[in-house]
Amino acid sequence: MGTNSLITPRRTREIKRKINWGKSGRILAWSILILWIAITILPLWWVIRMAFSTTKDLLGNPSSLLPVNFTFDAFKRVLGLVDVNETVIQGGFSQKLNFMLYFRNTFIVTTTIVFAGLVFNSMAAYAFARLKFPGRNILFGLYIGALIMPTVLNLIPNFILINRLHINNTLIGIIAPGFFGNAFGVFFLRQIFLSFNKELEEAGKLDGANRIRIFAGIVLPNTLPSLVTMSILAYVGAWNEFQWAYFAGGQGAVEQATVMTVALAHFRAQQQGGVPDFPGMMAGTLISAIPMLIAFFFFGRRAIDSIRFTGYR
Amino acid sequence: MNIQRQAFRSAYIPPRPAWVKRWLSEDALVAYLFIIPSLFGLIVFVLWPTIKGFSLSFTSASLTKPGTFVGLANYATLLHDKQFWNSMLITTKYVLFNIPLQTVIAIGLAVLISRLTKSTFVRLIIFLPYLFPMLMVTIIWMSILDYLTGPIDGLLKLWWGPGAMVGFLNVKNVIASLAWINTWRHAGYNALLFFAGLQGIPNELYESAAIDGANEWQIFRRITFPLLRPVTIFVLVTSLVGSFQVFDSAMVIATPTGGPGGASRVIYWYITSLAFNQFKMGYASTVAVALFVVSMLIAWVNLHYFRAGSSDIG
Repeated sequence: MGTNSLITPRRTREIKRKINWGKSGRILAWSILILWIAITILPLWWVIRMAFSTTKDLLGNPSSLLPVNFTFDAFKRVLGLVDVNETVIQGGFSQKLNFMLYFRNTFIVTTTIVFAGLVFNSMAAYAFARLKFPGRNILFGLYIGALIMPTVLNLIPNFILINRLHINNTLIGIIAPGFFGNAFGVFFLRQIFLSFNKELEEAGKLDGANRIRIFAGIVLPNTLPSLVTMSILAYVGAWNEFQWAYFAGGQGAVEQATVMTVALAHFRAQQQGGVPDFPGMMAGTLISAIPMLIAFFFFGRRAIDSIRFTGYR
Repeated sequence: MNIQRQAFRSAYIPPRPAWVKRWLSEDALVAYLFIIPSLFGLIVFVLWPTIKGFSLSFTSASLTKPGTFVGLANYATLLHDKQFWNSMLITTKYVLFNIPLQTVIAIGLAVLISRLTKSTFVRLIIFLPYLFPMLMVTIIWMSILDYLTGPIDGLLKLWWGPGAMVGFLNVKNVIASLAWINTWRHAGYNALLFFAGLQGIPNELYESAAIDGANEWQIFRRITFPLLRPVTIFVLVTSLVGSFQVFDSAMVIATPTGGPGGASRVIYWYITSLAFNQFKMGYASTVAVALFVVSMLIAWVNLHYFRAGSSDIG
């Protein structure tokens, strides 16, 4: 996903249409909307409730709405602040977890991919949007092709490749395929640059600036708000990525190359028998989601306004 | 001096032919410089692997050995591979639950929001589940749907006794539950896409429909839905193709062993299990090619049959 993120932030158009549903229709419509909001919020509350409980207490009280015997145990456990023996007594995992490390890994991977991707995507996008050069249509055709083509075949060859380069089980291996950007990014950034005011660029040209200066000094700063908006959704996507990070990073067995989603999957996979350590998993989920929630507190409005279908034109 | 040199040049060096000028113009040089990193990534990590994936499917490759060319042997195996067909069936079931549920909820939400409220806050809440990774969303719902610690079965037991408990994650229900979990995460995101699409429909159409005395359902049926078609197709194609590749959620439920009774062994789980647990890279690629073909068919049918590119507006 993220493929359909939009480019330019746009105030949602005023909704002028008057509701002609009558009173009962309105109440019904609101009820459905509120029901969905409840379905959205309640599970998130459930995360918080479980994260601050202990496994044993949860078993006895499956339907209490509040945390059972409020405790930070689960957080201490997943952050590796508690001795392993103690962890097992608390109903946790018998292997030391270190969410600080996974958090750091996720941060490095996500930031590198999004930032480098943005740089390389915007360079290529600018070339396709504004520069005339032989082979432009053919090359852009490759990007469109990559955009439409299913990616199911890539996982195995890419895995073999990083294996051969001996960067499997490292953060570099996880970062590599995303580092140079992606076809979606080029496509959408091209749209942004296409709609950028050409006269500003012409003015730069008259002042004697070359193409690189026009791009870095005029186009990028002026389109920055759109680029940032786009990057927020890309950041959420990369932060939440699992599949490639799982296989390229050693399926959770190599701590140094484990991101948070992978850590949780591994954590979960180790608990086949008996009752899973739900408080631990919920605490891990919360720790990993908090940065995205904070980002959304600040940028959410712009990001959701930017969600738009743009068509493949 | 300078003038002399120029005269010398123009006299003795033939003018550069037009094609050289085009290839070596400032714009062209900058363009190639700008495109090279991106193109490198595209070729190495996207285009070449796709070709490589096809060629691997005709070999007996393992992780470290390229293997030998085995012709269509892998495809012959595929036809008689019970787990492959079972996984395809499971995945198809998942898609059949997931797509209608998710799309209907998304369109419904979009229409409701656009008719009821301008509030950004409501849209933010609708979007909220998307901030959590699919994997964690699955773990969250797993805890809610759990037989022992989950509140739903807990309440059912409390009210109507143990006989009323459903067991959402058992062999019978797990695929429907996975579809619901996916819907919970994506319906809001898709609703925002539809919502944006609704904003593009001119108000005059609704006004004249209202003057003609059309009721709410007629307006939706005759105006809203047809005009949303490009967005609908886009959402359908991406979510259909994505649904056939369902993995993260099945992974949580299935784990390396395949989950309750193997009931959540979706096709992508099978591919990764072949490739990364059994290291049969060749045969895993063959299964991946099958999924590739299915995905291409979906995209093709949707785009051509439903004329995705064209809009009825203007």
